[in-house]
Amino acid sequence: MRLLIQNGYIIDPSQGTNTGKNLLIEDGRVVGLSSHGDGLPEGCEVFDATGLVVAPGFIDMHVHLREPGHEYRETIASGAAAAVAGGFTTVCAMPNTNPVNDHAAVTRFVIEQAERAGLANVFPIGAITKNSDGTELAEMGEMKDAGIIAVSDDGRPVPSAGMMRRAMEYARGFDLPVIDHCEDKSLARGGVMHEGHWSLVLGMRGMPAAAEEIDAQRNCLLAELTGARLHLAHLSTDGAIEVVRRAKEKGLPVTCEVAPHHWTLTDEAVQDYDTNTKVSPPLRSQNHVDAIIAGLRDGTIDAIASDHAPHHADEKALEYDQAPFGIVGLETSVGLAMDRLVNEGVISLERLVELCSTNPARVLRLEDRGTLRAGARADLTIIDSELTWTFDASRSKSKSRNTPFDSYAFRGGAVATVVGGRIVYLHPDYAKVAKQRHAFVS
Amino acid sequence: MDNGFKLKHLLGIRELSVDQITHLLDTADTFRDVSKREIKKVPALRGRTVINLFFEASTRTRTSFEIAAKRLSADAINISVATSSVSKGETLLDTARNLEAMAPDCIVIRHSSAGAPQHLARFCNAAIVNAGDGAHEHPTQALLDALTIREHKGHIAGLKVAIIGDILHSRVARSNIYLLSKLGATISVAGPGTLVPPEFAELIEQGVRVERDIQDSIADADVVMILRMQRERQTEAFFPSMREYAVHYGLHLSHLSQAASDAIVMHPGPMNRGIEISSEIADGGRSLILDQVTNGVAVRMAVLYLLAGAGKSENGAKRGQNGKNVVRGSSATAREGSVNKEKRERSKK
Repeated sequence: MRLLIQNGYIIDPSQGTNTGKNLLIEDGRVVGLSSHGDGLPEGCEVFDATGLVVAPGFIDMHVHLREPGHEYRETIASGAAAAVAGGFTTVCAMPNTNPVNDHAAVTRFVIEQAERAGLANVFPIGAITKNSDGTELAEMGEMKDAGIIAVSDDGRPVPSAGMMRRAMEYARGFDLPVIDHCEDKSLARGGVMHEGHWSLVLGMRGMPAAAEEIDAQRNCLLAELTGARLHLAHLSTDGAIEVVRRAKEKGLPVTCEVAPHHWTLTDEAVQDYDTNTKVSPPLRSQNHVDAIIAGLRDGTIDAIASDHAPHHADEKALEYDQAPFGIVGLETSVGLAMDRLVNEGVISLERLVELCSTNPARVLRLEDRGTLRAGARADLTIIDSELTWTFDASRSKSKSRNTPFDSYAFRGGAVATVVGGRIVYLHPDYAKVAKQRHAFVS
Repeated sequence: MDNGFKLKHLLGIRELSVDQITHLLDTADTFRDVSKREIKKVPALRGRTVINLFFEASTRTRTSFEIAAKRLSADAINISVATSSVSKGETLLDTARNLEAMAPDCIVIRHSSAGAPQHLARFCNAAIVNAGDGAHEHPTQALLDALTIREHKGHIAGLKVAIIGDILHSRVARSNIYLLSKLGATISVAGPGTLVPPEFAELIEQGVRVERDIQDSIADADVVMILRMQRERQTEAFFPSMREYAVHYGLHLSHLSQAASDAIVMHPGPMNRGIEISSEIADGGRSLILDQVTNGVAVRMAVLYLLAGAGKSENGAKRGQNGKNVVRGSSATAREGSVNKEKRERSKK
């Protein structure tokens, strides 16, 4: 089967491509590029991408799909549906399920469920320690054979530096990156929001920025000691980003990601005690938001990841300090990046593709993804940078609705998602706005 | 009596205007007399139902609200719920919805979680009165403190108020800082470094003076407010021992020599005698601690009357806005936010 993505604008930082071309796909792989004027190859379906940006499939390297164990919040199938609706062709599932993904049987289960769902590619991340308890190493080798692409005790970061050192040394043997949620629990314990002006006003215990920064610093020192590849998850503070900046200057194998809510909202959003603003790391103050923006601009930050964390409405309908941490993000991530970053002139479209596709593929060593070179997997994210749309949480593909972005209006978003050469998602407004795009382009 | 007092709930002092505060205090003044009569009852809330829903132990506040409701002829029901099994029992929301189904006019809530009253206000029709939520606010305490100060000093503007003790965990301190500064007082706070973060200096626009030595806070003060020190803060490593606290941060007679000659001393209760306040002061001529309790009834009568009675605003009878919550604090709309804030402030005037 052949599919021609016609008249689009190709952005592929892996090859330095930034030009108007047609893209030909055959049997789930990229064949190559051709000029807009070229004739139609034979026996070929056509997708009209006039006025649209065609990028290698976006990879969200940090999501919680809740299966096995918490299927009332999300399943791998519902999470994969939310992923493609949000423009993601690939997601990486964190191991904090029940049971924890700390051995190969769970890894294989996740992969099988994803194959059954048949939408997005799902790569499991294994636990660093058994049951993420921080005391004994998990079977990383077995899990790698079964399909994990990284290890992490996300949410329950390894408290002991000695244990973390062993984990990094051991993971290096399997060339697995170690992903860490940076949080010194002795500083953050009991906190439910960022420690600062608003935590004082609202009378809630705060988590100081230093809790994240101490752990980020510890992990970078251990990366230097062990030579292991280290990836710091959802950084939210000025100091933590600075730690990564210095580690990179030293040439350490350190990368990091940020989440859209951390550049969009500040801790002021907590003032109505809406539990959909309760997330860890917490929404920070403006100076931290500014540091994230700076890191996105200057290249310190490698990836955008949603930290999609579904929770049932009943769980979030508790008092603020009782409700669980986490918000869903798969369907608003690209919208927030386009609206708040690209269309505000903070970063270029090319840099966006780097953050959402090229770099995550590089960090995770997903060799034939994150690129549109000939022979690569035909995973595509197709973006309309002018599309205006509104996110309606009640129509989300996710099983959960815990988002602070319900009813947000966006300019720019994903309009089509192609996985393995198959169009798995088309925005409901795609046909409606196609005419306008043609008029605009001609 | 209603002169444009628009308030459906009393959730905190921070969002109140000076006019609203003054109106509440003036109303409380008129109710003070009721408690001095032989027949301590007026029919203002006859046929209205007030539920006191207390999730934290309380003697003074709960009794005060109950007496206030009864002196207004309301039917008052007290519910005390142990919070030790929060995760096992019914959720707060379900409890509130069940009570709502019995059509109360007002629910007075005390809860250990900050924001619990806001949580209820979002989903309930009844007027919600915050009787203390976590470390957030305790609006009726601040109102009764202000009423007591006004009664003794004649005014609040221009007074110097020192608040001493565990400011970090104190809802009383927060509500008082907001209220007294709105009425023109200047505030200083002091206590152990662990319990008085320097960020309190910027809690309000006018600023708060943060002192390490309680003597520096008390110097020239017209009003000295002492906060209760809770023993569990010791196990949480906020201070080493009650003994050391009493020596360094307890109020002794010698401290008052530096204060204004007519300085008054207040404490929201319950007191730890010999820890945060010496008995000579607590029982001495400058102490207004029992006046505070007396004024508590008048203030709560005013609050219940204005929110649940004839004085309540038109909005009070209508269903609350249960719609989607607008998330504030969007960095990209910060400018918009300040415009809205201006609008809000204008609309208050």
